[in-house]
Amino acid sequence: MERPTIGTCWLDGCSGCHMSLLDIDEGIIAVLRKADIVFGPLVDAQEWPRDVDVALIEGAVSNQDDLKLAQIARARSQVVVALGDCAVTGNVPAMRNGIPTRKLLDRVYVEGATVQSGVPTDGVPALLKQAEPLHQSIKVDLHVPGCPPKPNAILLVLSELLEGRTPDVGSKLRFG
Amino acid sequence: MTEKVKVRIDGEVIAATAGQTILEVARANNAYIPALCYMEGLSAVGACRLCVVEISGVGRLQPACTTPVQEGLAVVTSSPQLQAYRKIALELLFAERNHVCAVCVSSGHCELQTLAQDHGVTHVRYPYSFPRLAVDTSHPRYVLDHNRCILCSRCVRACAEIEGAHVWDMAGRGIHSLLVSELKRPWGEATSCTSCGKCVQACPTGAMAEKGWGVEEMTKQRSLVSRLTSMREGN
Repeated sequence: MERPTIGTCWLDGCSGCHMSLLDIDEGIIAVLRKADIVFGPLVDAQEWPRDVDVALIEGAVSNQDDLKLAQIARARSQVVVALGDCAVTGNVPAMRNGIPTRKLLDRVYVEGATVQSGVPTDGVPALLKQAEPLHQSIKVDLHVPGCPPKPNAILLVLSELLEGRTPDVGSKLRFG
Repeated sequence: MTEKVKVRIDGEVIAATAGQTILEVARANNAYIPALCYMEGLSAVGACRLCVVEISGVGRLQPACTTPVQEGLAVVTSSPQLQAYRKIALELLFAERNHVCAVCVSSGHCELQTLAQDHGVTHVRYPYSFPRLAVDTSHPRYVLDHNRCILCSRCVRACAEIEGAHVWDMAGRGIHSLLVSELKRPWGEATSCTSCGKCVQACPTGAMAEKGWGVEEMTKQRSLVSRLTSMREGN
């Protein structure tokens, strides 16, 4: 049997969930004995590989790049995990949702700017109308809330999924 | 003389007094029924729908907080069906407003957050409405954040029934319902407010809080209102 693979990605979030993933300390050695991390901020790959077993997705879907990456991750992964409150609820990124995008960008990059005033368009993806939880864009198999999720919750999820079981995260859950 | 009745709660025969509600009888006998809008010492309004129970012979679910007991009543307080409906009620509360636990003063001490955890709510299946709502900071000591309000009206009742000031009311209907002080005046300009803080202590979420606290720092004396009522009744 081939070694299982894990892909991670960071959409509209603060990277705190990835920090929490690193916070599983020596647990990461146990995980890497069983599987390889093949995509994400922690490794060098440029493209989401085909046939990934577990996808950990941090962050809300907030711009066109987020949406594209989420769709690719979904299409090429067996199990998709929404990791953390941003991916599960929208959380802090969604606090902009009551404000029209144009107005929001003007407020920050025009009214709020003292130098180089103007909304950036070059090399940045267009914002979506609202920052949405992951499951509004793609099918999600497992939700792990928390801001960030506790390291032991992440370790439990990875260990169980790599053993082919569905993790029971009930006791480890908390929003916020 | 008070009439005694016998009821069954989850199969157990319990002696109760006519006029008591199912929730009162259940809680007095250590049968747990979750609730958000109910608070001991205040009138019951049946707003949150979390305390729904199954009553034998009755085709639909009934809120335990507003249903009085009768002789021979048989109640089920927990079943897969009830759990499913309570989960729906909780998820709809989250979908209705902007509950961002990560930046809330009451995170870790919030009744909504705790119940969501207890009921295994891992995500909200309904689209969020993301309403744009104000935060009233006009009061010198307290703050009201409509984003976190679940319209349970515990503050309204604590103010009207315990403090006797009746500063708070509900304006609007349905999804447009909004907690207002004195015909929609800012809280800080409400002349009938005595700044007693009972509303803040009664609030189950972070919608009402004392100023000056950071994330997770606002703890509330939830027993305050119930204690005042029981002392006044001379119990």
